[in-house]
Amino acid sequence: MNPVLGELWPYLLLIFVGFLPNEIWRLLGLVLARRLHEGAEVLIWVRAVATAILAGVIGKLIFFPAGALASVPLSVRIGATLVGLLAFVLIRRSVFAGVVAGEAALIAGALLFSP
Amino acid sequence: MLSDPASRSAPSAFLRGFAVAWRSVFAYVLFGTFVGIGALGHDFGFSLHWMVLSTGLIWAAPAQIILISALGTGASVIEAAIAVTLSGVRLLPMVVALLPMLRTETTRTRDLLLPTHFTAISMWVENLRLLPSIPRDQRIAFSNGLSFGLVLSAVLATAVGFYLAGSLPRVYAAALLFLTPLSFTVSVVRNSHLLVDRLAFAFGLALAPVLATLNVDLDLLWSGAVGGTLAYLVYRLRRAAR
Repeated sequence: MNPVLGELWPYLLLIFVGFLPNEIWRLLGLVLARRLHEGAEVLIWVRAVATAILAGVIGKLIFFPAGALASVPLSVRIGATLVGLLAFVLIRRSVFAGVVAGEAALIAGALLFSP
Repeated sequence: MLSDPASRSAPSAFLRGFAVAWRSVFAYVLFGTFVGIGALGHDFGFSLHWMVLSTGLIWAAPAQIILISALGTGASVIEAAIAVTLSGVRLLPMVVALLPMLRTETTRTRDLLLPTHFTAISMWVENLRLLPSIPRDQRIAFSNGLSFGLVLSAVLATAVGFYLAGSLPRVYAAALLFLTPLSFTVSVVRNSHLLVDRLAFAFGLALAPVLATLNVDLDLLWSGAVGGTLAYLVYRLRRAAR
């Protein structure tokens, strides 16, 4: 490989393997949204599908996490999520409060129960 | 929301969005998440420039984590591209649901390119919550300001994580990775006022881990399509019954 290409190679990978395969879905969305208005009935279904995929991402991150989070027991991950939700409901429906309480519960649980 | 004429220009709407970004929990959640991603990139041997550029260009944490770990562990370029593109499908319905909220009759397609690129879970959740209170002709500028604030937080955090790599205790690395599912759960619960959104969330949350356990291919897509459609059908049935 010549030196210029060698230096450019990681950036070519970034464009063709990272950026474009991801961006194509956004651009396709731009094309599909062209004829839709805010009140369109189909958007209720589209939003439900987007919300269900988002919930699926969350479910997989909690049940099948990567890296260091995998070393924390599943019961602690689920318990900390519930603590976060409870704090959110009890403390003025503040997302900050929910996130701080859930994180504190995860760290405490990990220190107490991790092997 | 505002009737003061001085505050109605696009630059001031952009600045208002930028300010709102720093009052959003996601500016801080993204900071923590991308400290983790910056450290991950360092450990796999990528340069600081490459990492910062990939945060801004990909702007989707799952795709970026897949790209870094696939290339870093020597997976084939084709395999890596397929894994990245599968993780990105969720962006399509998000863009389709968002753009009609931003557009006016006179909006040109090129003005929608930035909001299209910036669409990601954090930005989407905040836009759906906040846009209804923003005058329609200022929504694109507001949304771009909000996105710019969130991207800036993520880019700074990528650099911080790159330099911190190796010095993070394991339990804090786990806590950083837990920020994403925790904050998404709490914010979706906050934002779901309609029955159809709550049902879609519950169905998706229940379906994805089950399908993943059963080793169903494209588990996320199936849980989205089946969970979302079921929620929509329940909503239609209840509406028809009234």
